[in-house]
Amino acid sequence: MGTQPDIVAGRLPDSAYAENFSDVHPPLDRKAALIESSRCYFCYDAPCIEACPTGIDIPSFIRKISTDNVRGAAQDILDENIMGGACARVCPTEVLCEEACVRNTQEHKPVQIGLLQRYATDALMDEGTHPFTRAASSGKRIAVVGAGPAGLSCAHRAAMLGHDVVVFEAKPKAGGLNEYGIAAYKLPDEFARREVDFILDIGGIEIRNDQALGRDFSLADLRRDYDAVFLGMGLGGVRALGLEGEDLEGVYNAVDYIAELRQSDDLKSLPVGRKVVVIGGGNTAIDIAVQVKRLGAEDVTLVYRRGADAMSATGHEQEFAQVNGVKIKHWAQPRELRGAHGRITDVVFEYTQLDDSGRLAGTGDAFSLPADMVFKAIGQQMLPLPQANGGSELLEMDGACIAVNEDRQSSLPDVWAGGDCVSISEDLTVAAVQDGKLAAQAIDSFLRR
Amino acid sequence: MADLRCEIGGVKSPNPFWLASAPPTDKEYNVVRAFKAGWGGVVWKTLGEDPPVVNVSSRYGAMSYNGTRMAGFNNIELITDRPLDVNLREIKQVKKDWPDRAMVVSLMVPCEEENWRAILAKVEETGADGVELNFGCPHGMSERGMGSAVGQVPEYIEMVTRWCKKHTRMPVLVKLTPNVTNVLGPARAAKAGGADAVSLINTINSIVSVDLDVMAPTPTVDGKGTHGGYCGPAVKPIAMHMVAEIARDQECAGIPISGIGGISNWRDAAEFMTLGAGSVQVCTAAMHKGFKIVEDMIDGLGYWMDEKGYGTLDDFRGAAVPNVTDWKYLDLNYETVAKIDQDLCIKCGLCHIACEDTSHQAIAAEKNGGARRYEVIDAECVGCNLCMHVCPVEDCITMVEVDNGKDYMNWTQDPRNPMNQKAAE
Repeated sequence: MGTQPDIVAGRLPDSAYAENFSDVHPPLDRKAALIESSRCYFCYDAPCIEACPTGIDIPSFIRKISTDNVRGAAQDILDENIMGGACARVCPTEVLCEEACVRNTQEHKPVQIGLLQRYATDALMDEGTHPFTRAASSGKRIAVVGAGPAGLSCAHRAAMLGHDVVVFEAKPKAGGLNEYGIAAYKLPDEFARREVDFILDIGGIEIRNDQALGRDFSLADLRRDYDAVFLGMGLGGVRALGLEGEDLEGVYNAVDYIAELRQSDDLKSLPVGRKVVVIGGGNTAIDIAVQVKRLGAEDVTLVYRRGADAMSATGHEQEFAQVNGVKIKHWAQPRELRGAHGRITDVVFEYTQLDDSGRLAGTGDAFSLPADMVFKAIGQQMLPLPQANGGSELLEMDGACIAVNEDRQSSLPDVWAGGDCVSISEDLTVAAVQDGKLAAQAIDSFLRR
Repeated sequence: MADLRCEIGGVKSPNPFWLASAPPTDKEYNVVRAFKAGWGGVVWKTLGEDPPVVNVSSRYGAMSYNGTRMAGFNNIELITDRPLDVNLREIKQVKKDWPDRAMVVSLMVPCEEENWRAILAKVEETGADGVELNFGCPHGMSERGMGSAVGQVPEYIEMVTRWCKKHTRMPVLVKLTPNVTNVLGPARAAKAGGADAVSLINTINSIVSVDLDVMAPTPTVDGKGTHGGYCGPAVKPIAMHMVAEIARDQECAGIPISGIGGISNWRDAAEFMTLGAGSVQVCTAAMHKGFKIVEDMIDGLGYWMDEKGYGTLDDFRGAAVPNVTDWKYLDLNYETVAKIDQDLCIKCGLCHIACEDTSHQAIAAEKNGGARRYEVIDAECVGCNLCMHVCPVEDCITMVEVDNGKDYMNWTQDPRNPMNQKAAE
């Protein structure tokens, strides 16, 4: 094993980076959009609307595209989902609206709702006008923690309803996972930043960057200084494997590397291993595996402890990884991270199976994969709330997440929460947007009661 | 395969598929290409007197529907804009080179006997198989007292037809305009004038779209537009009705018909023929896809005839005419209700909303735990067919006959008819 780990930057010719990290699904042009929109049946009580967490009136916006009323289409989308542009790009539509499309029953080919949504929202954003105006000022002030999809959605709707909003963001940039966490080829050309600018165009929203809850201010501060608080800080922590060797050089948290990649303005300067092992079965695992492959890694193996059906990455995403040359190995769990001279050399996995009671169990047989780099992508978790800080009352928790009711109101009457940090939300951008929207509406009722 | 040879009013062709008088038949080059592709005949684009007319730019408008281009089509082009002798020379050459194909020459001259006599003599000299009198063109020429200006006055039709029959030995087809309230007037006039056949329909007066930026109808000529002749798939139903009316009219006495209007494929052609058409003429479909479409027309019609056991065109020509009747003879006791095949249903809900919003509230929308189900309420269903038409899944909704044990009864026999009540009093 005495060889040096093979981790270098610039594995690819310069031109390959732009190609590998450009738009993964190129947009529809007008002609393609007209043809695709004509495939929509304009269903009554359309199943796609029900399947959209934000409840966009999909048949309506598609019909408007078909009549060249693109402005009306965009309005329909943004009325329900102010991040309709990002969701058009990152939503797993194959398990949401497009899965529900009646065309599946008929011909196994849904209307391409995501691409049509992008067609309409891109046109409006390119126009440079903001489609909403603010209601008369309520004189109320709302604090939002986290400038990700949940926080921005809440801020926008609250601003629209006439309230003034201050958003506290721990990172130097707003956008949350759209800015730091989504695979680069899904949101290229600074889309996350452009969308944040678009949202802020409504006015009445101030973003304060580098402001972290528990470090720079407390929940009690916010409750004292603002009329209502929305918590949308996402999941700051990364789950550990709990194995020896996790601190070896060459072992990374996938989310950290992706954030670095997303913020890099020179992808060829990013060091990448020749042999890469990814541990996990979610979208982050897929995203890191495909991105390092596209950075020039030679062998990328994604190992998941259960079968394909149990992966939280959709079938579409799994297939995408495979098409990109990622090898997916199911039914194996990591046992040991081995290294030499402080650097990772290989990962030992044990085969798994379900035992008689349906629980996952190791078989006792093992194999090892050589690795120059290992990425952990087995999930994120909420950082413990610094509850004692500032003497605020305690927020009721549901497991590791904040407990909320259907209005996204927490156990504290003036505190709402949404996005990944609440227990009832799916870990999807679109679900976070819906949380923010619902919370803003509930806050509005609360403040005007 | 079935024999597709066709004879209509004395004009013979190896198949019934002719190109209508229009841009595709304006000159030798196009017509030769058409014959090479397999077309059975052409009606050469309308000849007039010299000096030739002048045409504008642009000339065509089109209606797209749901991504289907040229579902409807219109034009503001006039008759041929080439000198008469050039056309006559080319007609003669093409007829000589393609003797088995039908060569019919469309004509339009001022309404004087001498003008018609003179041009007929010139056409006869080419060896053409027949002439078609253009009494239909609705734009431009009609402003000059020709085309539909003649075709809308039965007396003129009869008069000119009679002149033509007097001055030529060639078969005379009269092309009828649909821009009349009742096509039987012109058709009967053509018959009375001695026409060997009628061709219909010519194009329909239309404004096909308005350019909302220019604020003018399309096609737009330097900021202005004018009404043009509408054709293409969208006009087929109008054309078939007129063909059927003539086919079942006693006074028209079975005058041969060359069917025209939105014919794009063999099935369209077969439908026209069952309503009495002997040959069919095509234009828009060829202008959209090129001459090669005739291949499908020929073998499609042939295979269908084989399947049905029809040896010749005569075996099914007019077969549907006896079943075209007046409303008052329809059976009021015949009952159908819609039936939804739940296995085929894709749950789009269109049948429900169409019936609920615009018809008889006869389709219930049920939702059990998110699962949609649409079910016909037989007692409310009047058998109107709307749901069947809106359903995007073929054969999912069918109309099923209800055996109510009642005998045939039409409106003339129905006691609910006030006329019958009067008679009974």
